[in-house]
Amino acid sequence: MAKITAGVATSHVPAIGAAIDLGKTQEPYWAPLFEGYEFAKQWIAEEKPDVILLVYNDHASAFSMDFVPTFAIGCAEKFEPADEGWGPRPVPTVEGHPRLASHLAQSVIQQDFDLTIVNKMDVDHGLTVPLSLMFGQPDAWPCKVIPIAVNVVLFPPPSGRRCYELGKALRKAVDSFDEDLNVQIWGTGGMSHQLQGPRAGLINQEFDKEFLEKIVNNPEELSRKPHIDYVREAGSEGIELVMWLIMRGALNPEVIEKKRFYHVPASNTAVGHLVLENKE
Amino acid sequence: MSLDKPYTNIPGTTIFDADMARIGYHLNQFCMSLMKAENRERFKADERAYLNEWPMTEEQKLAVLDRDYNRMMDQGGNIYFLAKIFSSDGLSFQHAAATMTGMSQEEYAQMMLNGGRSPQGNRYLGEEKGK
Repeated sequence: MAKITAGVATSHVPAIGAAIDLGKTQEPYWAPLFEGYEFAKQWIAEEKPDVILLVYNDHASAFSMDFVPTFAIGCAEKFEPADEGWGPRPVPTVEGHPRLASHLAQSVIQQDFDLTIVNKMDVDHGLTVPLSLMFGQPDAWPCKVIPIAVNVVLFPPPSGRRCYELGKALRKAVDSFDEDLNVQIWGTGGMSHQLQGPRAGLINQEFDKEFLEKIVNNPEELSRKPHIDYVREAGSEGIELVMWLIMRGALNPEVIEKKRFYHVPASNTAVGHLVLENKE
Repeated sequence: MSLDKPYTNIPGTTIFDADMARIGYHLNQFCMSLMKAENRERFKADERAYLNEWPMTEEQKLAVLDRDYNRMMDQGGNIYFLAKIFSSDGLSFQHAAATMTGMSQEEYAQMMLNGGRSPQGNRYLGEEKGK
């Protein structure tokens, strides 16, 4: 049977992708950030997941204002890196897992989460930067990836509670898949940041550190945090953090924290990162 | 009964909600068109002529020509869509963010290195700084 064994959380700042692509990871500005991911890179080389459910948001790449799905699942065989205005990132094509993805879609819709099914889309930095942080620069990604895209661009995104419950539904869906697969779930985006307006550059370290603590040890309470708290305290783009709750909802109530990392800044953003394993 | 919008009293922040998305629809779709290299070239060759192909308001077009991102957002632009404009210009997110704050890019980058803009005094309109 398929099984979710672990969760990873990470920010997905585009400048991190550019630093990797341009060979700048050892520069003084970037070195402390990449140092924070060394543990996870070694860990995942040993864990060897078969499939990653990668929760992220599209940044006006695949979804223009033509269609804005609240939750979407990528069921395609492959997903190409998007051209976000400066050409696609030089990273491998992302290979999907259509059979598991279709199973998840059917199971989760039957649990009252009306996912949009996407059979054709490009994936932007929201999905590819986490892969680069965890796997470096391979010729091909070492596992399959099922993109789960969440709208956090057009307000309102789904609530934290709804995200957390979706995570639980995904967990049930994976548990009922009849192939032996080592599945991880990743939640990406955040932490505090605001990219727009005279308040741009907002960083709230106190908020972020409390969030990192609660998502590990008290996710039930955290899942009830209202949107306005994210926007006011963590910046208009800090609301991406609701996506981490999908990851957390798919894990056991109690988890083993293997890594916690926090760094300011990456360009405009506070970077947070967690590696969590399900207790047996 | 109108919608509850508790975020309208956050200083220096425009939340891209359904009302803003309606106002900014054509502006944002124009931005999306810049994801294609051939459109970027046509835009750069004659910005005004390219903008005139879109049913945008004159105010929106002028804000684009002026690269005034705060004005574009006032008129329904969303930052991830507007990013296509400054990416086409070969400029970074940090550059664009700095222009919205009235700081130079150097000042802004230094603020980020120092830990970013504090939430103190920036949560509510009229909130005292440094409390």
